[in-house]
Amino acid sequence: MVAAVKTTALNCWFGTNQVLKDVNIEIQHNEIFGIIGPANSGKTTFLRAINRLNALVPSYRQTGLIQLAERDIAEIEDTTLRRRVGIIFALPQVLPISIFDNVAYGPRMHGIRNRSTLEQIVERSLRRAHLWEEVKDRLGSPAIKLSGGQQQRLCIARTLAVEPEVILYDEPCSGLDPISTAKVEETMQQLKERYTQILVTNNTKQAARVCDRCAFFLIGQVIEVDQTSVLFTSPKDQRTNDYITGRFG
Amino acid sequence: MSGARIRQQVAFILMGIVTSLVVIPIVLTIWYVVANGISAVSLDFITQPPRNGMREGGILPAIIGTVILIIGTMLLSLPVGVLSAIYLVEYAGDNLFTRLIKLSVVNLSGIPSIVYGLFGLAVFVVLLRMGTSILAGCMTLAIMSLPVIITSTKEALEAVPASYREISLSLGATKWQTVRHCVLPYAIPGILTGTVLSLSRAAGETAPILFTVAAFYLPRLPRGIFDQVMALPYHLYVISTQIPNMPLALSFATAFVLIVLVFLMNLVSIILRAHYRRKKQW
Repeated sequence: MVAAVKTTALNCWFGTNQVLKDVNIEIQHNEIFGIIGPANSGKTTFLRAINRLNALVPSYRQTGLIQLAERDIAEIEDTTLRRRVGIIFALPQVLPISIFDNVAYGPRMHGIRNRSTLEQIVERSLRRAHLWEEVKDRLGSPAIKLSGGQQQRLCIARTLAVEPEVILYDEPCSGLDPISTAKVEETMQQLKERYTQILVTNNTKQAARVCDRCAFFLIGQVIEVDQTSVLFTSPKDQRTNDYITGRFG
Repeated sequence: MSGARIRQQVAFILMGIVTSLVVIPIVLTIWYVVANGISAVSLDFITQPPRNGMREGGILPAIIGTVILIIGTMLLSLPVGVLSAIYLVEYAGDNLFTRLIKLSVVNLSGIPSIVYGLFGLAVFVVLLRMGTSILAGCMTLAIMSLPVIITSTKEALEAVPASYREISLSLGATKWQTVRHCVLPYAIPGILTGTVLSLSRAAGETAPILFTVAAFYLPRLPRGIFDQVMALPYHLYVISTQIPNMPLALSFATAFVLIVLVFLMNLVSIILRAHYRRKKQW
């Protein structure tokens, strides 16, 4: 089976500080892949390596191979790569424009000008992100007025609007209340049939709830990758066990 | 009352006094100019050329001249200033060379205007053979305005949250699309403020236009960009110091017109700013 995302001997540095060491991970299509681990273990760097957002930091360096559907991402242009690999940031990051314009931003940047096409894309994306019913009567109102959970689902809709293959989530629920968190998780489950999703989370319970497989990162290294049910019940490595039982991190 | 409350009251009163120290001179200046000059302001004053050795008649050529100089300066300095600020903030890396450039830009805004005037004389009027002309004057004023426009645009761009850029890039937008649609719209109010501030200064300066464009007495209107023009600040200087038996009211009336002109420019920028603020939806 062809992996959706595959890294081979991935090493990442910020300046002289090596934040990822020899990471080899294969993520399958339509999988929700969880990445857990304490702070500073390189989880976010791993995510942002996949859509090359790390490269925005001048001191960043990287060796190794990252493949998207078997193709080396180094051969893919920034704009194409980031369109195919969307990201949801830790805090809901909406632009200070209307709900409609937020979702339509990506498609507009890719040259779609036709109003009715944009309307279709916006509706479809908001429906998939489970936000349509809550906002369909006020698409023109400022996105910033939405609640935190709604904003985060708006961000998901905005990412869906450019038709990605892979969606990266960088601790998407760290600023949300339990009910909003549940809604985002439900949305992720619904998106499974169409998208490959990678979830970085500090919340081990969330990883256990939504992920098919999980990787445990510690100080830049992958300690263990396994089915979620296995990783959380009978981890092979003592450090994994210590982390998920709350002994550190 | 507790100690903290008293200290707070004292601080408030002090700040109030300091604020009045700033406001009172401005109000007094404007009041003094208006009180002494308003009697000489009439429709004829702003629509007629000067007569009888400038002791009578209006100041139309000087008004037109100043308006032309402001527009010309804006056309030259706004695109150059804004584009170089965009380059410095969004594209240029952070190294010794760009830091040196940024430092020089800040320092340039502190140079006395007469230095710009002499520079304009040497380079535009003499070296580039533009002669004493509107073109040379506008270029001199533009060079003087550039540092302030660049600095304020730079600050306005830097004030736009980095997360906006990340959102835009993460959706597959190009760098330029990101700047154009996700950064510039939110920086426009700041850019406008800086531009109007520096153009207001350019409108009121005498030294930079003294050798580059200003005419002592030229009652006709200019015919092209290589013509000389009269300008309000220089005219004001001339009638206040060079013409004997000058009616005082005419000088104050000229000052009044100059103040109104600068005020109108600020008004336009306030309206534009409000318009762009509405576009940003909080």
